[in-house]
Amino acid sequence: MIQLTPSHVQSIRQHGEADFPHECCGILVGIFGEDGAKQVREILPISNAREEEAKRNRFLITAEEMMRGEKLARAQGMDVIGFYHSHPDHPAKPSQFDLDHAWPIYSYIIVSVMGGQSADFTSWELDPEGEAFVSEEILEKGGE
Amino acid sequence: MSVSVQIPTALRSFAGGQAAVDVNGSTVGEALAQLADAHPNLRKHLFNDEGKLRSFVNVYVNDEDIRHQQGTDTPVADGGSILIVPSIAGGSPASLEPSQLVGGAELPELTPEEITRYNRHLILPEVGVDGQRKLKQASVLMIGTGGLGAPLGMYLAAAGIGRLGVVDFDVVDSSNLQRQIIHGSRDVGRPKIESARDCIQNINPHVNVETYETRLTSDNAMDIIREYDVIVDGTDNFPTRYLVNDACVLLNKPNVYGSIFRFEGQASVFWAEKGACYRCLYPEPPPPGLVPSCAEGGVLGVLPGIIGTIQANETIKLIIGRGEPLINRLLLFDALGMSFRELKLRKDPDCPICGTNPTVTELIDYEVFCGLDQASNVTESDEGVEEITPTELKRRIDDGRNDVLLDIREPHEYAIARIPGAKLVPPAQVMDHLGELSPDRDTVLFCRVGPRSINAIKELRAAGFSGRMYNLKGGILAWSDEVDPSVPKY
Repeated sequence: MIQLTPSHVQSIRQHGEADFPHECCGILVGIFGEDGAKQVREILPISNAREEEAKRNRFLITAEEMMRGEKLARAQGMDVIGFYHSHPDHPAKPSQFDLDHAWPIYSYIIVSVMGGQSADFTSWELDPEGEAFVSEEILEKGGE
Repeated sequence: MSVSVQIPTALRSFAGGQAAVDVNGSTVGEALAQLADAHPNLRKHLFNDEGKLRSFVNVYVNDEDIRHQQGTDTPVADGGSILIVPSIAGGSPASLEPSQLVGGAELPELTPEEITRYNRHLILPEVGVDGQRKLKQASVLMIGTGGLGAPLGMYLAAAGIGRLGVVDFDVVDSSNLQRQIIHGSRDVGRPKIESARDCIQNINPHVNVETYETRLTSDNAMDIIREYDVIVDGTDNFPTRYLVNDACVLLNKPNVYGSIFRFEGQASVFWAEKGACYRCLYPEPPPPGLVPSCAEGGVLGVLPGIIGTIQANETIKLIIGRGEPLINRLLLFDALGMSFRELKLRKDPDCPICGTNPTVTELIDYEVFCGLDQASNVTESDEGVEEITPTELKRRIDDGRNDVLLDIREPHEYAIARIPGAKLVPPAQVMDHLGELSPDRDTVLFCRVGPRSINAIKELRAAGFSGRMYNLKGGILAWSDEVDPSVPKY
C-alpha cells in the first residue's frame, strides 16, 4: 500500500496535464511505515528540459536526477520509495517496457492523461518473483 | 581505507536491509567487489555474467558518474562514500503487448533448426530468444506485393515472422521487375501473390503464408485486417491508403506506412492508440490527378527497396518491443540528395476517425472520398471529344490522308517510344503550337493512354481552334498493342 495526500495526487495529475502530450515523471520521497506501507512525504517533479534525450532513451529519470533525489531524501532521513509517470492517451497500466525495467520495492504510480485531461490514477509494484506488476492499493489521506 | 556504499531502496533487501554498507578499498572496483563478497545476493544485481557493472546500475563518487571518471578504477578517499543509483526507465508501450497478439500471449518454442537459422538475432541481447519467439508468434499483413511489398516480404520472411498475409490482385508485368524484386522474369503473367509466396517460402519455409487474391475493399478489409497483429501498407493509391488507415484505427492495429515517388520516399507508423494516424497527417486526399502515381511519374527502382526495408525494420521493432518506432514521426528520404529528415507528427484531437469525437465510425466508399468516381466519369464521358482507334489511325495513314499527328507527352517519354510522323508537343506547350495548326486538316492527338491528349483537345477548342480533332483511344500503349508491337510499352 502507498499513502499520499490529496495535494500530492493533485500535483501529479497537474504535472501530467501540463506535459501532455509528452510523458511526465517524478520521484516519490518518503518513508516505510511500521506496517510496511509506503508513505509519500514529498514529490520531486522531473523537469522536461531534457525531454528529447529522455524520450530517445526512454529513461524516465536520468541517473543524475536519481542521484540528486537519493541525496535529498537521505539528507532528510528519508528514502526514494517510488516514481510516477504519465501515459498520454493511454490507459494507466504498466507496459511491457515498464516491466522490463522495473526494480523491486519501489512503487510505480501511473496517471493516464487522455486528450490533455488526467484520468485513471494507479500504482504498481513488482511481485516477489519480479515477473509481473501487481496493482498496489493507494490510500489518499492526510495533508499538511 | 574505509568507505561507505549507499544502497538504494530497491537493493536493500539483498544487503541485509542496510541503507549503507561499510567496506574497505581504495577504488570503486575494490569496494564493490568486497560488497558483493559480503552480500552474494547483491552481486547479480550489480554485475553481469562477465563481472561488468550492469548497464542499469550507475555508480557515483563525489556526485560524478564513475563512467565519466575512471570507471571501476576511480579512486575513493578514506571515509568517502559511493552511491549506487538505479536507472529508472519506463513509459507507455510503443510495441505490441503479448496480450494483443492475435495468436495469443503464449510464445512458441524455437526448434534446433530455427535456433541455427536465427543465430545472428539470438546473439543480439535486444532480440534474443524471447524476441525471436515473439517474431514467430506474430502475424503481419502486407497489403500489396509491389515495390514496397517486395523487400518487406523478403526481409520479414527471413526474420522469421510466423504468419505472413499477402493481399494483391495484380499479375506480374515485365515493367514491375525494375523494382519488385520478389518477382522474377519467369513470373511474368503469374498472379503476384503466387510468385510472392514462392519467393517467401524459398527464403524461409517456416513462414506460414496466407494469400488473398483480391483487391482490398470496404467490404473485406475489416475481416482480413482483424486476423493480423501488424499491418504494412505497401499500396500506391489514395483510396486504399485511407481504407487501410481507417480499418487499422477501427481495429486498433499498428499501420506501418511507406510511400514513394520518383526519388523521394516517406515512412511512418500510424497507431491511433499511441499517436497520429494517416488522417491526422493528411485529413483530405489531394484532388484527383494532382499527385501522379509511379506509373505516370516514374520511380527509381531502388527507392522502394529502401523505404520497404524501413517498413520491415519498424515492423520487427513493434513486435520485439525494442527501440523507438516511427510513431508520431514522419521520415522523409531524398535519394538524390541522400538525406533523411524527420517531421514530428501530433495526434489531431479533431481527426474525423481517431479524434475525440469521431465522425467516421465505419468504413466508407473510398473511391468517392478521393473523388475518383467523378474523375473517371470526366475522362470517360468525352464531352464531345472524338476518338479513333489505333487500327483506324493506321488505316488513315495507309490511305495517305494528310492528318496532323500530335504527341502530347514529355521529351523523356518520346525518347522511350514514338509513333512515326508524330510531332512532339509537351502538355505545357500545347498553346504555343496553336498557330501551326490548320483547320483544313484533321488533327490526331495522343499521349501515353489518353488524359493528356483529351485535355489538349479541350484546351485548343477553348482557344478557338475550329479544326477537327481526334483523340487516339488508349494512347501509344494501345498503338503498340493493336498496330505496332515494336513500339516499346512503358
